[in-house]
Amino acid sequence: MNIHEFQAKQLFKDYKIPVPHSIVVDSAERAAEATTELAGDSWVIKAQVHAGGRGKVGGVKFAKTPEEASDFAKQMLGRALVTKQTGAGGLPINSVLIEQTYPIKHEFYLSLLVDRHSERLCFISSIAGGMDIEAVAAETPEKITTLFLDPAAGLQGHHCRQVAFSLGLQGEQIKALSKLMQGMVQLFLDKDASQIEINPLVETEAGDLFALDAKINFDDNAIALHKDIIEFRDTRQEDEKENIAKQFDLNYITLEGNIGCMVNGAGLAMATMDLVKLKGGTPANFLDVGGGTTVEKVTEAFKLIVSDKNVKAVLVNIFGGIVQCDVIAKGIIGALEQVKTELPVIVRLEGTHAEEGRALLHNVAPNIIPAEDLDHAAEEAVKLAGVGA
Amino acid sequence: MSILIDKETKVICQGFTGKQGTFHAKHALDYGTKLVGGVTPGRGGSEHLGLPVFNTVIDAVAATDATASVIYVPPFFAADAILEAIDAGIKLIVCITEGIPVLQMLKVKAAMATSDALLIGPNCPGIITPDACKIGIMPGSIHLAGSIGIVSRSGTLTYEAVHQTTLAGLGQSTCVGIGGDPIHGMTFIDVISRFQADDATQGIIMVGEIGGSEEEEAATYIKQHVTKPVVAYITGLTAPAGKRMGHAGAIVTGGKGTAESKVSALEAAGVTVVNSPSLMGQAMKIALETM
Repeated sequence: MNIHEFQAKQLFKDYKIPVPHSIVVDSAERAAEATTELAGDSWVIKAQVHAGGRGKVGGVKFAKTPEEASDFAKQMLGRALVTKQTGAGGLPINSVLIEQTYPIKHEFYLSLLVDRHSERLCFISSIAGGMDIEAVAAETPEKITTLFLDPAAGLQGHHCRQVAFSLGLQGEQIKALSKLMQGMVQLFLDKDASQIEINPLVETEAGDLFALDAKINFDDNAIALHKDIIEFRDTRQEDEKENIAKQFDLNYITLEGNIGCMVNGAGLAMATMDLVKLKGGTPANFLDVGGGTTVEKVTEAFKLIVSDKNVKAVLVNIFGGIVQCDVIAKGIIGALEQVKTELPVIVRLEGTHAEEGRALLHNVAPNIIPAEDLDHAAEEAVKLAGVGA
Repeated sequence: MSILIDKETKVICQGFTGKQGTFHAKHALDYGTKLVGGVTPGRGGSEHLGLPVFNTVIDAVAATDATASVIYVPPFFAADAILEAIDAGIKLIVCITEGIPVLQMLKVKAAMATSDALLIGPNCPGIITPDACKIGIMPGSIHLAGSIGIVSRSGTLTYEAVHQTTLAGLGQSTCVGIGGDPIHGMTFIDVISRFQADDATQGIIMVGEIGGSEEEEAATYIKQHVTKPVVAYITGLTAPAGKRMGHAGAIVTGGKGTAESKVSALEAAGVTVVNSPSLMGQAMKIALETM
């Protein structure tokens, strides 16, 4: 799960990770008032959306007067921000963060995540902050320091000193960074984060350290353990269809093609998308209906797929294991009676009782097409989606 | 022969009396698995499916000499169940549960570093040696005792590979679903090295997916150590970056863990990589004929 920058900064404050003074607002009037409350002579206005890359597309502006702050807020609020991370539709700006500014001496990068290779928590830091860390890693790997935390020993002083010296920090700054890193680890462990990223972490002219940006992702597997984090959820930043899917325990991801896919199993669902592409088509979604394929789940899955207006054909790919194919075929027929779609539905059934399942689907409705095998099913779906377009 | 399990393997079930545990334990017994009992805290001393129920894994091991355990407990209790099995001296732990928090799995893996127990999963279909022992949720009926070792990160794609090798008349020596979570037990290399050493296994099918670098590491291992033909299928070519595709482990981050990188590493290691999931059985048949 993702949260907004202002929410992440709230958590940072709770864990003594220094952040600039800021106020989150949802109107232009409040933006001007916020600048007065914050004091100072310039402020940064930041669009609150669940995506990075905001600065390049007008989602971060500097204001020198309360009027300017109000104008920028007005320009941002209510519109969708399209960044390289959002997709073509962008994400709605429902609030903006008004933040104090400081003369900045250096911009660093600091993040904490789970490294799956070493199976440990891992700090990544760099003297090259404020930019795309993947590009830094590719072009100037010597500017990156990576360190791994032993699960029993945890974060030690030497870890913090190592990062501090690599960033060129001195004296009291080393202590400040140590405290900040301890806060990050504690926050990560307390709330089951999957990543905490500070980019940039800044050193001001006065020598203070601040998390200028804040990004936290949480482990979806653990989110039910953290009611306070669930409250941060902003469904306006999420895909509507994906949220409906979650209610029915379906794994659904919206894509941009025209062939709707319904599959049991995550691996097979990905494989089905790949096969559609291989045959010259484009998948409209990833959809895993899971193990126990019930009529209710299949019905909801069909509803979701056909609610996407781009969809021209539906490809159903089920490997019947313990749930037998004839049972699944009946489920598909029942679901289609409720959903009433005219779209061609190509069904590939394989596994236990596959022949009985295919036989049931024959001559049920003109738009239900049982396929002999997976390749044939994908080819047929691509062909029919093309005809309908 | 086979790897890891055979018809003598004594198995217990953790979460035995729950809905999932009961359902799959019945299927395992029907298949002929030597299931010798189960664990449900608070139900010790009772009987379920004609087998003894124990309060703890330690009690179960003491009474039955079980060496393997299958776990069907809910996600927030599963890490505890794995750790309990380790403490009780279980040698092969198969965790089916999906949705265990990553930080809990880090603790489990740290505990395993000082133990000789093996873990399969979590978030996996389990392991089966056809006609001998079935530990997990896979449908027994699609399997055929034979010569192909199958290892996969995905459940249903394992079934595809099984089905195809059954139709091709090759059958399977042992099939291992290593699971779709980023932090998990046995790796591709752990399983492939055992297939290489197993007399009954003549060919190996591996099914990988986007995320992590285990397939690339397996490619390096295969190049150096594996003489048997290997067929691979990698899924996730069309998955968008940064999105979790069902499996918690199937996510491409920062250009790492892409399907392309895995395919090219495996091809460079001499592995036959097929581009459609329907070609795994056929490709293996050809690979064996041209040996």
